[in-house]
Amino acid sequence: MKDWFKSGSPWIWMTAGAVSISLISVIGLLVMIAARGLGFFWPADVYEFDVQQADNKQTIIGEIYDREQVPAKRLKNMGIDLGDFQGETVERILIKTGNREFVELDFRWLLQTDIKKTDTPSGLGVFERSRNGNFYGYVDKVILDGQQVDSARLEELIERAVDISEQAVDLQNGEIGSINYRLEKMRLEERALELKDKLTDERIAEFEQERKQLKESYQEFEKELFQLRKALDRDEVVVKDMRGELVTLRIAEVLDVHFPNDMSALQKLGRFFVQLGRFVTDDPREANTEGGVFPAIFGTVFMVMLMAVIVTPFGVVAAIYLHEYAAKNTVTKVIRIAVINLAGVPSIVYGVFGLGFFVYMLGGSIDELFYPEALPNPTFGTPGVIWSALTLAILTLPVVIVSTEEGMSRIPSSLRQGSLALGATKAETLWRIIIPMASPAIMTGLILAVARAAGEVAPLMLVGVVKMAPTLPIDGNFPFVHVDRKFMHLGFHIYDVGFQSPNVEAARPLVYATAFLLVTVIVALNITAIGIRNHLREKYKSLEH
Amino acid sequence: MYQSNTLQNKQHAMRKFKDRFAKYGVATGGIMVLVALLMIFFYLLYVVQPIFEDVSIEPNLTIALEDKHKTLALGTDDHVETAYRFTNQPSLEYYQLHGADKTQLITQFDINNSSEITAFAKAMPHVKQYAYAFADNSVVIIKPGFKIGFANNRRTIEPRIEYPFGRDGLTIATDAPINKFAFATTSENDGAGVVYQTQNKSAVFYSRLLGEVNFMTDEIEWSQSNVELPNVTGEVDQLHLTADLSRAFVLQNGYMYVFDVRNANKVKLVSQSRVVEHGVKVTASTLLAGASSIVIADNKGNVAQWFEVNAEQGREFTKIRSFKSDNTNINGLYPEFFRRSFVATSSSGHLDVFYTTSEAHLYADKLLDQAVLDLAISPRANAYITLTSQGMHLFDVENEHPEVTWSALWQETWYEGYGEPDYIWQSTSASDDFESKFSLVPITFGTIKAAFYAMLFSVPIALAAAIYTAYFMPAKIRTVVKPTVEIMEALPTVILGFLAGLWLAPLIEEHLAAIAILILFLPVAIILFAFAWHNLPRKLLNSLPTGMDSLLLIPVILLMTYLLLEASPWFNDVFFDGDVRLFITDDLGISFDQRNSLVVGIAMGFAVIPTIFSIAEDAVFSVPKHLSNGSLALGASQWQTLVRVVLLTASPGIFSAVMMGLGRAVGETMIVLMATGNTPIMDWSVFQGMRTLSANIAVEMPESEVGSTHYRILFLAAFVLFIFTFVFNTIAEFVRQRLRDKYSSL
Repeated sequence: MKDWFKSGSPWIWMTAGAVSISLISVIGLLVMIAARGLGFFWPADVYEFDVQQADNKQTIIGEIYDREQVPAKRLKNMGIDLGDFQGETVERILIKTGNREFVELDFRWLLQTDIKKTDTPSGLGVFERSRNGNFYGYVDKVILDGQQVDSARLEELIERAVDISEQAVDLQNGEIGSINYRLEKMRLEERALELKDKLTDERIAEFEQERKQLKESYQEFEKELFQLRKALDRDEVVVKDMRGELVTLRIAEVLDVHFPNDMSALQKLGRFFVQLGRFVTDDPREANTEGGVFPAIFGTVFMVMLMAVIVTPFGVVAAIYLHEYAAKNTVTKVIRIAVINLAGVPSIVYGVFGLGFFVYMLGGSIDELFYPEALPNPTFGTPGVIWSALTLAILTLPVVIVSTEEGMSRIPSSLRQGSLALGATKAETLWRIIIPMASPAIMTGLILAVARAAGEVAPLMLVGVVKMAPTLPIDGNFPFVHVDRKFMHLGFHIYDVGFQSPNVEAARPLVYATAFLLVTVIVALNITAIGIRNHLREKYKSLEH
Repeated sequence: MYQSNTLQNKQHAMRKFKDRFAKYGVATGGIMVLVALLMIFFYLLYVVQPIFEDVSIEPNLTIALEDKHKTLALGTDDHVETAYRFTNQPSLEYYQLHGADKTQLITQFDINNSSEITAFAKAMPHVKQYAYAFADNSVVIIKPGFKIGFANNRRTIEPRIEYPFGRDGLTIATDAPINKFAFATTSENDGAGVVYQTQNKSAVFYSRLLGEVNFMTDEIEWSQSNVELPNVTGEVDQLHLTADLSRAFVLQNGYMYVFDVRNANKVKLVSQSRVVEHGVKVTASTLLAGASSIVIADNKGNVAQWFEVNAEQGREFTKIRSFKSDNTNINGLYPEFFRRSFVATSSSGHLDVFYTTSEAHLYADKLLDQAVLDLAISPRANAYITLTSQGMHLFDVENEHPEVTWSALWQETWYEGYGEPDYIWQSTSASDDFESKFSLVPITFGTIKAAFYAMLFSVPIALAAAIYTAYFMPAKIRTVVKPTVEIMEALPTVILGFLAGLWLAPLIEEHLAAIAILILFLPVAIILFAFAWHNLPRKLLNSLPTGMDSLLLIPVILLMTYLLLEASPWFNDVFFDGDVRLFITDDLGISFDQRNSLVVGIAMGFAVIPTIFSIAEDAVFSVPKHLSNGSLALGASQWQTLVRVVLLTASPGIFSAVMMGLGRAVGETMIVLMATGNTPIMDWSVFQGMRTLSANIAVEMPESEVGSTHYRILFLAAFVLFIFTFVFNTIAEFVRQRLRDKYSSL
């Protein structure tokens, strides 16, 4: 044993242990996020519990949300009667009971000792609603325009309602939104003319004329909207809930219904993908705690693309300068250290800089020069997607520079010399030989930059991200791309829903799902980048010989 | 032939031009990176710099006063466009301060009263009320007002006079005319308090007036209760009454008497203190904005601030700090509207500007040749108007951020209402009287604490893992393991923070005992397993590939963690009486946050591990093989070679890795924001949270007003972070470059 210790072998094992811990934590983290995130979409069974607490007997219906072991002693200290229970710990189950408007809490803990009977009865439906979260219960009857119809038609009616409400939303966001946008634009145009003292009576009349037209078409659309809403109100479904009472739900509010207890594994799998698809394409509901994350995905992608457009030319040019043109002197050394330092500066500092410099200074000046009519309401002088993209462009600049430079340093100098010997100028060599050969490296840098930007949250909180953006940065109103708008972001969505929402418990699965989405995108981007890099290395290895 | 030549020449010129163009274009682009870094640095400085700027006072204009009336008080409007003065005529006069006809008298309101003026007083500046006491025992309260209108897109100001308590004023039930008084009113103008001494100069009285609207006549009927303040007799020097009608101050012969006057029927002496040494005279005194402090100047040039603190015998008036002025002839103290800043005037024309909390003597100079008789500070503190025998003088003042000094940011400061000096960060509050407390110490401390716990957790694991991966691991496994660990660096920190806050924090709270045991016994378990492995038959060992130790350990560690977590309720039962949290808070008396430093240490540790791992692994791996081979050939064991040769050679690289990791830990925002309670406390306890510089910026920046002191201090916090990481990174980079040069020679 002593010899063994002397050989140093235990210490080697300890270092091996450290590797194991690192690996466990990385893989464990990814697996956990995946499991929890994907579990969110799986249609879980709905249970019916017969619960007896003291003399109080009741039925509870809901999904099992969480389980934990609680020491029996602690429960006894809290004055909870466990009956003749003898074990060390009691299992406690967290039930999501839904039906938010009828119960005080839509989550409740049940002690295993109180549960007398557990069942997953057939016919138990999960109603996804546009308000108040899920509803659990048995379908009693379906009412079409006041007449009871076959319960099998429920899904058909829900589909119709969803269709109509989609039309209504399209109308509201599309045509009616455009009219409002145009009215606001006209107000600004009028004000701009007034500021320039060019607002003639003629112009005023023109504005009035247009306004009148807009108002007329607005009224027409509004009429249409009211009709849609009326059509939406036609049907109802009566559901028996866990208290045994009959509750009438307006089908207009029901988005979807499914009966998980009656589903086969295959059906559940199908349902899983449907839910996943909806999560990616739907808008959030209920203060972001339900529904999908489409605007956040859109915002993230849009911002990152904008950033990529800004960062690539600057990063590549800087890398070319450092690698091909810069003399080996102090200035170059200082620039290199500057690049390394830029990479190490905390992201929040970029956020502060972006807020002060881009938003208030640059944006404020733009407003004064080009949008005086909107003042004191800022147009560009407020956080927005363009400023976020610019801020993150500076933040990711070092990533692109370092990666591009590395790619260029792998290009054998014989190629450069060959090109120059054949009479090409340096610029031609660069353009025809170096850049094409370094393009995979540039791509790698760009992918890494995009991955970094997609996951960065702290600076965005200062320069443009919001919890709920009413409009996307791209829409059907001229000029179609609105870089001054605020946007939603997946990373910020996680922070906001997980930590700022009123009902954290209800939102937690959604946060895991969002996290899974974000992690998937970022890990995929990184693996692609690493793949390209490795491929490149192999390629140039063969060139060197 | 000739033609094609010119064509060639032309082409040649074009190519040359392009080449040149590319050269300069690219160079410009490269330099831009440096410019970007410098821009960040200088922009942060540019925003921060005004908070350390000195006060400047520049003369603007002088208004000569032709009439021979005595001036009783001065003031200006919010925009310093009009000045007003109260005279003993009695009248209120308005003067133009800007535009073509500046210095001109605009309007004059005569205050009609048949009796003679016996005294004059002003309320706290932000109330903007002034009062005449007349020989018929009436006190007429006047408020200068401005009617703001817009005509032809231009703002116009029309001066007015307001009598919030009526033209006839309030009549005080007293036997002799008032000689000296101080007053305050309620914000709805339905009540007032007056502390006064009559011409008999025997006692001091307090009169509390209450107005009630008579339903029948719609007139306000006043009721009043008069009391004599106890313990004070004879002529007094100064009287003050706080704006909230809670305290009355009487200064007499070097003594200060403070009375609790909240209930007019139960007026009592709160404290009686000697405020100056024997033989020294109090020359001026004033209440400060917020009205919980009084400032007293004496004829030796000492200016002292007093306020109530909690002492053993209840609340007590205590001398908090004193300033020393070079002027021994201070004749007046004037507070600002909202800040704890005040001006001391002197009969020699000197002016001193102080800020109490930051203990700053902001300005001291001779501004005027004559004695300063009166002074008023404009509502936004951007102008002073003074009175001398020559007339009224207007000064432009720049004093944007008096509350910030180096000492207020980094040293213990005694804030109003606190028992002792302390480091406090508290930037906003609901109350109007609130004074922002900007000590960077608690949040800097929080940053260091968070980084410390993160490093404590990550450095051993990351370095050990790096050493094993670089030195012992077979190349094939290494190509998988290294990128896997490095992937973690790419993980968004918001995800780590969210897991730390919502998953890890409750887990640790629940299984604290098990996790403590895990940290202690994991190394022991690994060694035990290794020893068992070592004693396995050689034959079995040889059949397995070498260097797989780390993979073998994974199930061991997983199993151990699982067992401990399963046994956790039992541990809790045995060691902590069933509930860890209760045990820690009740039995040990340590406060316990669910989101504490332990959680931050682990979560941020995981964020830092890949940074350190990656660089340290490169450093160890790039140690030339012939060095280690030589050592092994001479008979050293693997471990000896590692410790004595490889690590020694790689040490600068390892140092640089740790530095980089530290830089990252210091600046990390989302993890600390989500995994701690963000309370700015100073405590090394593992079970408490902290607030870091970065999280503080993220929390408060969106709410701070542009250009305010708060905004600039947040920029300062960002600047401090910038400098922190700049220093760490530069050191790390220098060390790494030197290392590279060294190896290239090997």
